[in-house]
Amino acid sequence: MRHTLSVLVENEFGVLSRVASLFSARGFNIESLCVAETLDPSLSLMTIVTRGDEMIMEQITKQLNKLINVIKVTDLSEKKFVDRELVLVKVKATKTNRAEILRIVDIFRGKVVDVSLKTLSIEITGDDGKISAMIELLRPLGIREIVRTGKIAMLRAVK
Amino acid sequence: MKLTGAQILLEGLKREGVEVVFGYPGGAVLNVYDEIFKENFKHILVRHEQGAVHAADGYARSSGKVGVCLVTSGPGGTNTVTGIATAYMDSVPLVVFSGQVPTPLIGNDAFQEADIVGITRSCTKHNYLVKDVKELPRIIGEAFYIAKSGRPGPVLVDLPKDVMLDSGNVSFPENVSVRGYHPTYEGHSYQIERALQLIYKAKRPIIYAGGGVILSNASKELTDFTKILNFPITMTLMGLGAFPVTEPLALGMLGMHGTFSANMAISESDLVIAIGARFDDRVTGKIEEFAPHARIIHIDIDPTSISKNIKVDIPIVGDCKRVLTVLLKEMEGHEDETERVKGRVAPWLEQIEKWRNKHALAYELEDAIKPQYVVEKIGELTGGNAIIATEVGQNQMWAAQFYKFTKPRTFLTSGGLGTMGYGLPAAIGAQVAHPDATVIDIAGDGSIQMNIQEMATAVQYNLPVNIVILNNSYLGMVRQWQELFFDRRYAYTCMENIAPDFVKLAEAYGALGFRVEKMKEVVPTLKKAFKAKRPAIIDVVVEKFEGVYPMVPAGASLKQMLLV
Repeated sequence: MRHTLSVLVENEFGVLSRVASLFSARGFNIESLCVAETLDPSLSLMTIVTRGDEMIMEQITKQLNKLINVIKVTDLSEKKFVDRELVLVKVKATKTNRAEILRIVDIFRGKVVDVSLKTLSIEITGDDGKISAMIELLRPLGIREIVRTGKIAMLRAVK
Repeated sequence: MKLTGAQILLEGLKREGVEVVFGYPGGAVLNVYDEIFKENFKHILVRHEQGAVHAADGYARSSGKVGVCLVTSGPGGTNTVTGIATAYMDSVPLVVFSGQVPTPLIGNDAFQEADIVGITRSCTKHNYLVKDVKELPRIIGEAFYIAKSGRPGPVLVDLPKDVMLDSGNVSFPENVSVRGYHPTYEGHSYQIERALQLIYKAKRPIIYAGGGVILSNASKELTDFTKILNFPITMTLMGLGAFPVTEPLALGMLGMHGTFSANMAISESDLVIAIGARFDDRVTGKIEEFAPHARIIHIDIDPTSISKNIKVDIPIVGDCKRVLTVLLKEMEGHEDETERVKGRVAPWLEQIEKWRNKHALAYELEDAIKPQYVVEKIGELTGGNAIIATEVGQNQMWAAQFYKFTKPRTFLTSGGLGTMGYGLPAAIGAQVAHPDATVIDIAGDGSIQMNIQEMATAVQYNLPVNIVILNNSYLGMVRQWQELFFDRRYAYTCMENIAPDFVKLAEAYGALGFRVEKMKEVVPTLKKAFKAKRPAIIDVVVEKFEGVYPMVPAGASLKQMLLV
């Protein structure tokens, strides 16, 4: 099963490498990883998307906690959370399909960020479902290039 | 006060109570060595940096203190890697200081530069690159604290040359606190309560004790716990010495080369009490068939050890000594329940006794010298009071099987990583920690050649380490596998006629050399060597094709033992 982990770490050099090498050394897989500073500049937050059964997830969580620079590990998948990803897509744009691309962008509330004679570059944010739906619609039109940030995620507030 | 980096380092070592540093000088650590010289700090010069780490490791395992190494940059650092990985696998507290090129040169492929922090990231508990002299006091404090607390392990501190030269006004912090590091020492009281309920209900219990018991100095508590309950106990390779193997309740080691009784007992048990052990593959055999009828209680300070290989019913994260102390306390006032469980377990002990009598550890005496006989005689001659180091392979397994370990911290062996060449430098480190003890390295003719250069260290400091080579002219354990699983195709395991003359070799180093070829020479020669109180090699020519048995083939269940 897919899990989204939120990992609070010390903002020091080498920490990303410690986390990444932990995953590779133990044969855990990383689907995506995002990292940036938090409000407290001495800390960074990593959002890691990974896969594993219960026993593997228990190991991943414990092994992460064992790293000296890791402050806190939360498995968001056990709770209610919001996740978003930002994707840039460069699509082949011809006279005939340019309008269709713009329509799709509009439906998904994306943004055109770059235009050339032959291409349109689109920015879109959203969760998994939205992003893959849009990619599926654009694919037949000819995707030239795609760049994704990987997922960031946050717990929902308790209501 | 204003001090240079090198002075701060020396001050830090003194504050941490370090008595001795094992090391090897070089360009990047010249300033540190200059301070060591000026301060006349105790330093043991090894002959290879791997030897420095193993020696510090032997020092640490035998004394319970933190072992300290100092090496130079580049190859100095990379040579420590095997030693560090060895210590990491067996949870030995070490602090390794490595020199580094000056900070402006880092990343420039400078002379003797290696990214040792990157290289050792996955085999240290933690590591540091010191970028500013002001950070040094804090980092030294943290390094020692992390190395010895929680589940111990090696910590590396990389020291760029300019940082060692730089000076600053520094003060040493009184307390160490590391934001993301808070080991759990006290076991959860609810889990301990549940464990006790299972213990009182057991019919076929077994205690399975590992190196964690020794690391947490919990031998006395373990012994009390075992004897009060009158439960049988088996130990891992790393756990030997935690409970006297001479006691009737002790079944010896379990696992691949464990005793018949220990492997049968754990396979048929209905309750396994794992204490400071980690269900290593050499212990469990085929994991699906390990203790299939048993509920499992697991006491360990490292949460990642619990439910890693095997699903545990009652996890207790905590220090073995403290958890056992609480268990013993809880058991007070439940004497009636203790008596009841003892009565219920009696038939189980009888069954175990039958297994023990059916296939005890044994070997046949023949004309050729049997390696097991040599190990037994070492035990008898030293009264079990020696510190035994081993290399890796058959020598290690025979030492584990046939030397009767009765005290903790007397068996130094590379259990997890299985590092050939560990024994001699580890014995040297143990002898430094215990100048009056009899320290013996039980070696093979293959392994001893992996760090033989440390003979020079033993001689230089007059450390009377005795190296007993069980010389079968083979890389015996590998040969044993080739014999059993590769139709006796002995690919590159025969060392016959290509080994050095070990007597001459010993003499060349200025040590004593003995060669034993006949059974009746074994005891007198060992006696002579032990009495001489000088570094010595005793090269014992043993039966070439002797194997280590019982043996559970890799991946088989523990009950599928090859007995001869």
